[in-house]
Amino acid sequence: MHSGRVVLLGPQRLHRTLSSAVESLRVHGMVAAVTAGWEEREGEDQEMREHLGGRTVNLKIWERAEDVMTRDPELSRALRERHDRLREQHALYRLRLDFAVEAARELMRREPTPGREEMLEAERAAAIEAVRELDEFHLRRVSLIHREFEAEWRPTEREVVARHRHELAQIVESCECVCVAGGHVVVLLHRLRLFDLLPLLAHRPLVAWSAGAMALGERVVLFHDSPPQGQGAAELHEEGLGAYSGVLPFPHAKKRLRLHDRRRIAFLARRFAPDRCLALDPLTRADWDGRRWHGEPGTLRLHEEGMLVQAGAP
Amino acid sequence: MTSTLVHDIEKHARLGPWALEGWLAEKQFPVVEGRTVTFVFRGRVEQVKLRHWIHGLATALPFHNVPGTDLWFLAIDVPEGSRLEYKLEVVARGEHRLIQDPLNPNLASDPYGVNSVVHGAGYQVPEWSLPDPEARPGEIVEHPIRSQALGDQQVQVYLPARFRRTRRYPLLVVHDGPDYVKYAALKIALDNLIHRLELPSLVVALIRSHDRLREYADDPRHADFLARDLVPQLESAFPLVGKPSARTLMGASFGAVASLAAAWRYQGFFDRLLLQSGSFAFTDIGPHDRGPVFDPVVRFVNAFRRNPGRPANQMYVSCGVYESLIYYNRSLVPLLERAGLDVKYSEAHDGHNWENWRDRLREGLSWLHPGPLWMVYE
Repeated sequence: MHSGRVVLLGPQRLHRTLSSAVESLRVHGMVAAVTAGWEEREGEDQEMREHLGGRTVNLKIWERAEDVMTRDPELSRALRERHDRLREQHALYRLRLDFAVEAARELMRREPTPGREEMLEAERAAAIEAVRELDEFHLRRVSLIHREFEAEWRPTEREVVARHRHELAQIVESCECVCVAGGHVVVLLHRLRLFDLLPLLAHRPLVAWSAGAMALGERVVLFHDSPPQGQGAAELHEEGLGAYSGVLPFPHAKKRLRLHDRRRIAFLARRFAPDRCLALDPLTRADWDGRRWHGEPGTLRLHEEGMLVQAGAP
Repeated sequence: MTSTLVHDIEKHARLGPWALEGWLAEKQFPVVEGRTVTFVFRGRVEQVKLRHWIHGLATALPFHNVPGTDLWFLAIDVPEGSRLEYKLEVVARGEHRLIQDPLNPNLASDPYGVNSVVHGAGYQVPEWSLPDPEARPGEIVEHPIRSQALGDQQVQVYLPARFRRTRRYPLLVVHDGPDYVKYAALKIALDNLIHRLELPSLVVALIRSHDRLREYADDPRHADFLARDLVPQLESAFPLVGKPSARTLMGASFGAVASLAAAWRYQGFFDRLLLQSGSFAFTDIGPHDRGPVFDPVVRFVNAFRRNPGRPANQMYVSCGVYESLIYYNRSLVPLLERAGLDVKYSEAHDGHNWENWRDRLREGLSWLHPGPLWMVYE
């Protein structure tokens, strides 16, 4: 398991803070880059390389996984089957989730009858608890699928995966830091998991943003408050890699969440408590030292009463 | 229909021309108060009428003159969320002229000209239809198509931002595509919705016809052009998925007829259709009254109603409630559902115009082609 520092940054496309984050960690050597979330554009990391003064080496996790699919058809079939099981599991979860979230949101929208505030609050708490229980149930079901897959196939012991993993270990050994970019969060997460990358990183600091920040946490939450279809119920997708704990990152929060809607924000914060829901917008930063979090000024989190507060505020 | 504003107009008119001028100078017309919209015209004319295209209302609604002034006004009921395109018909010295409303800066264009537009309470131009400097722009290129059916021609092809030859893209074929780009902000919408991950990256063929009323009215040559010429040639020239599940046809008005007719003639070739304000005229008895240009359309829709088959698996259908076509579109939906299609139907308080079609693009396209919004965080 990873034991070093983790730095979570806001999105980097228009406001790059990666270089200063790496400098602040006193990293002077090579930086390993994970851009697997960019999928087939994984290798297009020129801008990042220039931003870091040319001292990056791309771990090519996406390309390596593609190689595994080609060279190990048996494992490839098993991965596809796992993919199908996961997809069905998520569809079943969504079916229940939509109703449970709508009930909770409706209760959050209601105004209490004067003098009987406790009645409404009790119903709200129970409705939120029902969603939390559903989330936990889903997390267990998804974890079971992953555990069964790992137990049956032991991917890291298979020849092609082991060879890539050995190469990855050698590359990482020559690097002082690892940065994990955003992109497709599930592709990123599953490919990192395929090579069981985290134990190879040992104490090296991790700098991650957007989907990278999400994949490294304990739980991955997919979210959007105003999608073109559907009501926008955040989904607890599955466990992350667990490089840090206590925080759930919400990249692009200003764009993806209705931050002015106190009831929605309160619901989100209460649903995922005790984790702190961190609004990872451009120019924000939060540091995990292995035990506690430190948020830079301007880095906000969602409060259980529906407002945004400084990440470090109680 | 009376409004507070009408009372104010009459009150200030009684106070004299200076009071009226001063009061009018502070107003932006037309004025929207809840469901009431008040139009004003100034001029020494004999008559002023509101010309609109709302089915069910008299096509020309007369303004009222405030006695002793050159001021004319009209207050009408406009439901919330409406968009209303109109012109003013002004009669002066016996001569009738159709003009844009001089007091209203809001305009909408179409291939036939420019109309004034009034937005009912609650209507907003969708922000995704406006240029977003953060959105990476796609590119429109010209591509030659050789066609036995309709003759060789150039089509425009939209390639999404970050287009890669190593990827495979779904194909969307848009009838009257260049008009969609010009009048319905299609390129801006595609750039924005792809950037926001509400749509996957798509390749879009923007086709046009110089004889659309004929070719789009169930002309078998047009269906052949799509299925035998256009799509196969695009699939060999561009990195497209090349399967029915990744082929969509789209169009408005006669373009919707062309889409449905082609998919019906080539069942199993196209998987999804986006049909806006389709001119799906049919008859249950006797002849139709829409003129000879509709003859092949009515023949097609009547035949389709008898035997819909399965032209596609998924269809998004939309129509404005102020259109005369609303009856035909409403009638189509249960028929499609009975045929086992997955149908999403949407109505808007709008007419038969490009901005109505623009405003439904996000809903329709993202339903037919959901983007990776929930999965991608860049």
